[in-house]
Amino acid sequence: MSLPIDQRPPLLRMRHVEKTFSGDVVALKDMHLTVNEGDFMSLLGPSGCGKSTALRLISGLIHPTRGKIEWEGGQGANDLGIVFQEPTLMPWATVAQNVWLPFRLKGVTFNAVRDEILEALKLVGLEKFQNSYPRELSGGMKMRVSIARAMVTKPRLILMDEPFAALDEITRFKLNNDLLELKAAIGCTVIFVTHSVFESVFLSDRIIVMAARPGRVIHELHVDTPYPRHEDFRTSTEYAAHTRAASDALHEAMGEAA
Amino acid sequence: MSLTESGPVVTVIDEEEAARARRDKVNRIAKWTLPSLVMVLSILAWHFYVTINEIPHYVLPGPLLVAQSVWEDWGLLWPAMITTSRLTFLALFFAIIGGVALAVAFTQSKWAEMSFFPYAVILQVTPVVAIAPLLQIYIDSAFVAALLCAWIVAFFPILSNTTIGLKSADHNLQDLFTIYGASRWQRLRYLSAPSALPYFLGGLKIAGGLALIGAVVAEFVIGRAGTGLGLASTLLEASYRFNFGRLYAALILISAMGIVIFAITSTISHLMLRKWHESALKRD
Repeated sequence: MSLPIDQRPPLLRMRHVEKTFSGDVVALKDMHLTVNEGDFMSLLGPSGCGKSTALRLISGLIHPTRGKIEWEGGQGANDLGIVFQEPTLMPWATVAQNVWLPFRLKGVTFNAVRDEILEALKLVGLEKFQNSYPRELSGGMKMRVSIARAMVTKPRLILMDEPFAALDEITRFKLNNDLLELKAAIGCTVIFVTHSVFESVFLSDRIIVMAARPGRVIHELHVDTPYPRHEDFRTSTEYAAHTRAASDALHEAMGEAA
Repeated sequence: MSLTESGPVVTVIDEEEAARARRDKVNRIAKWTLPSLVMVLSILAWHFYVTINEIPHYVLPGPLLVAQSVWEDWGLLWPAMITTSRLTFLALFFAIIGGVALAVAFTQSKWAEMSFFPYAVILQVTPVVAIAPLLQIYIDSAFVAALLCAWIVAFFPILSNTTIGLKSADHNLQDLFTIYGASRWQRLRYLSAPSALPYFLGGLKIAGGLALIGAVVAEFVIGRAGTGLGLASTLLEASYRFNFGRLYAALILISAMGIVIFAITSTISHLMLRKWHESALKRD
């Protein structure tokens, strides 16, 4: 976790990955990226830059038109968790049953993993709501359930596709803080898709800046401020410097695209 | 000081709240009393219209005569109602089994849907009245023929609603199931089926009413040959005999059956969805 970025063991390699939709729309061009164990990596870019496509490729939901995605040591059954932009909960199931889902689909009974489920809910501060239905929760709480579900199997990699974009700023900041604590607690790797410079700098230690048409990686920035990062980091000069650097890279990306 | 100042303000709010509560209470009572009042007034109007204008009973029987018929012909109407109920509920039961099974087959296999869906539509759009005489020829038992008729009418809304429902599962949830390596069965059991439930229950409400309509039509057409089916046959027979008291009595019982079916399907729907579906939730 606390290893410098270049000393971390690799987790996943994307080799010259390309994705073309319906024959001629190049969503992602020649993406070459190594994700290391313990990275908090943000994919930052304007819409249409292929950041969500990259995430879907890594998740295996779609397959590259060219190139390869390789897991170090192969992908195990519980290696991947995912959080979408919407909470994506089953409305007919209680909070605990929703968190049980990854296990349930592996044929594990609720009682066998009751402790894991409660622990995951406790980590996101929702243990009191285990028997509530999603409709009874606020937007931020639903997202917490979604995060609990993604980490309940203690996956090696969690993919997050703009999970906080639809939330208000106060809730977003709170969830940003909590997410960093959660990551520290379970020690997984996170790939976080966002179009917010501020969010990417606060959360991640690696920022991959992407440009659109065709979707591609144009920069990688490192935020070397050590974790744990707290609320005061948001107002530090260091933070301001990093956001300026990321903003400049993003503008370059937008400029090139325009 | 501040406490005494805020005192009157609080009571003002209380008064408004009390007025709202009163209005709610009045509304709750009116919800039951108004329709009942309308019913009583209509029956009275019917009664006076018949007696004052001296309408002959073979044109329009008065409410008293109808009530008398229900009472006196009960020995004949009750078994007829049992028959029609059995017809309706069996048709609905088989419609649920057939509709759901076919919907699952359609969603599990594109080939099955392509091959058979057009025929399900043809079966639906062909008026039952047109098939009924044929069924009567091919099938010995009038009850089975009538059952088949009612089934054809009732099963389509279940099939089409359940098919749409099974396909309507949230796309992100579908992706999630793919990522977690769900099997076809798990996907159906834990995702498609619960997503389809509200649609299925909507179809069930329609099918409940249609099963009764199908049963009535089937009895009209098939029960004619003196096979003595249920209420609708009784109604038709009464009309031939100008026994309008019995005709109205049978009509009222058929209508009552429709109300009961609607109440049952609505209750089932409410019980199954009340915990999570928007349609069954009360808003504060």
